[in-house]
Amino acid sequence: MSTLRTTRPIGPLVIDIDGVVKLYQMGTETIHALRGISLKIHRNEYLAIMGPSGSGKSTLMNMLGCLDTPTAGRYEFNGKNVAAMVDDELADIRNREIGFVFQTFNLLPRSDALRNVELPLIYAGIPSAQRRERAQQVLEEVGLGNRMHHKPNELSGGQRQRVAIARALVNKPSIILADEPTGNLDSQTGIEIMALFEELYKLGNTIIVVTHEEDIARHARRVVRLRDGLIESDGSVS
Amino acid sequence: MNTFYYEFRESVRIAFAQITAHKMRSVLTALGVIIGIVAVTLMGMAITGMDTSFESSLAMLGDDVIYVQKWPWGPVVDWWNYTNRPPLQPIVATELNKLIEAAPSTLLDVAVPVRVRSGTVKRGDNSVGGVYMAGTSGDYGRIITADFREGRLFTETEAESARAVCVLGCDVADALFTNVPAVGQTIQVRGYPFQVIGVLARQGSFLGLFSFDTQMILPIKAFEKDFGGKNRGAEIRVKVKDKKRLEEAKEELIGLMRRVRGQLPGESDNFSINGEEAFKQQLDPVKKGIAIAGLFVTGLALFVGAIGIMNITFVSVKERTKEIGTRKALGAKRRTILLQFLIESISVSVIGGIVGIILSSSLCLLIGHIFPKLPISFSPVLVVVSLLVSAGTGIVAGFAPAWGASRLDPVVALRYE
Repeated sequence: MSTLRTTRPIGPLVIDIDGVVKLYQMGTETIHALRGISLKIHRNEYLAIMGPSGSGKSTLMNMLGCLDTPTAGRYEFNGKNVAAMVDDELADIRNREIGFVFQTFNLLPRSDALRNVELPLIYAGIPSAQRRERAQQVLEEVGLGNRMHHKPNELSGGQRQRVAIARALVNKPSIILADEPTGNLDSQTGIEIMALFEELYKLGNTIIVVTHEEDIARHARRVVRLRDGLIESDGSVS
Repeated sequence: MNTFYYEFRESVRIAFAQITAHKMRSVLTALGVIIGIVAVTLMGMAITGMDTSFESSLAMLGDDVIYVQKWPWGPVVDWWNYTNRPPLQPIVATELNKLIEAAPSTLLDVAVPVRVRSGTVKRGDNSVGGVYMAGTSGDYGRIITADFREGRLFTETEAESARAVCVLGCDVADALFTNVPAVGQTIQVRGYPFQVIGVLARQGSFLGLFSFDTQMILPIKAFEKDFGGKNRGAEIRVKVKDKKRLEEAKEELIGLMRRVRGQLPGESDNFSINGEEAFKQQLDPVKKGIAIAGLFVTGLALFVGAIGIMNITFVSVKERTKEIGTRKALGAKRRTILLQFLIESISVSVIGGIVGIILSSSLCLLIGHIFPKLPISFSPVLVVVSLLVSAGTGIVAGFAPAWGASRLDPVVALRYE
């Protein structure tokens, strides 16, 4: 296991996972999705999580995204004990601390880009004028200032993913969690999206990309490889 | 609090976007509620209409008039206890009036004898059948509630001298006299001529069964002279001074009647005291029965509508599982999702309810226009009740699917295709 080398100063600890185990019951069989994972992620890291299917990659991502809680082990997010949280508390953490970017974009088809980006702010209880202003600002940041009132089906795949990234950014989250963000895009558009992530990283955002593509993982500064529910390697990329 | 308000507004917006996005589906779903609400409101209208027509019918009988008769109103099982009672003769009214005048603090005003038959009234070639003929005294004017359209009632002198005069209900008068005023003309009953001296204003019908406008009022002596029937007996109508003290007045009247009849203490009354509440007692269970049965049957229609909404909400939840997952990932709490789907089902239901109210009120107007005699009326209470009922239907129908949606595991929901 190589040591973490970074040119930047290490920021404060955001995610602190220690000995996390996740079991699933599939009929009579118990599946060990995660067998004891320990991981620390600091502010303004750019991390890729890799691994073949069945490696526990998705389970770890759900865990990091506070969509799921561990069966055993410790998970602290910004010092808060996530493992002990109930549904609505997790929803709150997701709303404030995590920006999701999905492979399939997951935009609301009948809402325009602006409304899609506003959605997390509604759940955060921000008044509509502020909501609008903030959403417009973020859409401009991702280069969609002129597409705000387009519905998802009026946008290209790359534009849709930009809307999704804007939506992930709008609440100023502690981490951006992207699950195969280029999986549904052609390679050229994929490169553009990865460039956007690079830019966001340079602006100080913490980015976690879950992928099985080496090309994508290469954009990250640190790569965590999983196999059979365990961390196989964790190191920086040059 | 703010969050709740924003979520609520967002939910309403989504609900309407959803309804407009699936127009056909929404219309079909709402149709169930529309039919249910139309059925329920029409039923409610019929019941309130029945109520008001009943009340106004009772008012025609006079809510300050007590009827003394041989038989009680309402069903009689022990008929043998009544059949041998002596018939009431007009002299009883005279005796009662003497006692009433002698009593200084009486609650009773006046007693009037009435003999009744049904017959045909003729004028030349025109005739009206089934006319309710009431032979009475000159005091009759003090107990009837109707106004005179033209003319007057006969006087006490005319009544005592058995003058062949009469007062007609407006329908009789209109049927017999199309162009000429009725007053001053002569009509014939069984070949006996009667001079018309008055026509009553329109009163309407009693429970839609019996019209007060097809009656003829004549002096009781003239009635007896021309139609006989003395041994059949009459009825005595007694007006009370204060209708709020009706029960006390009844007690007094029973005492006076027993004196007139010379009944001994311990002997049971050989007459019946009848009043409008006898009708109420009889009709109330009927009314309740109709209301319960009607609302049950129509409630079934609403229930079917509710099942439709429940079904479509389940479909909607299923279709949008991934959207629910996304919303949860973005921070939607359980109550947010619950609220969203509940508002959707309530919206469909309430829109159905509003359409239903519009439909049934226009149906009500239409029915009232075609059959003016049908007792049917639309009340604002019914609008409020229908809206509440349809909102309630939406909540009940939408709750199970919305609850299910709110409990979805975001991991599973996000993976759903």
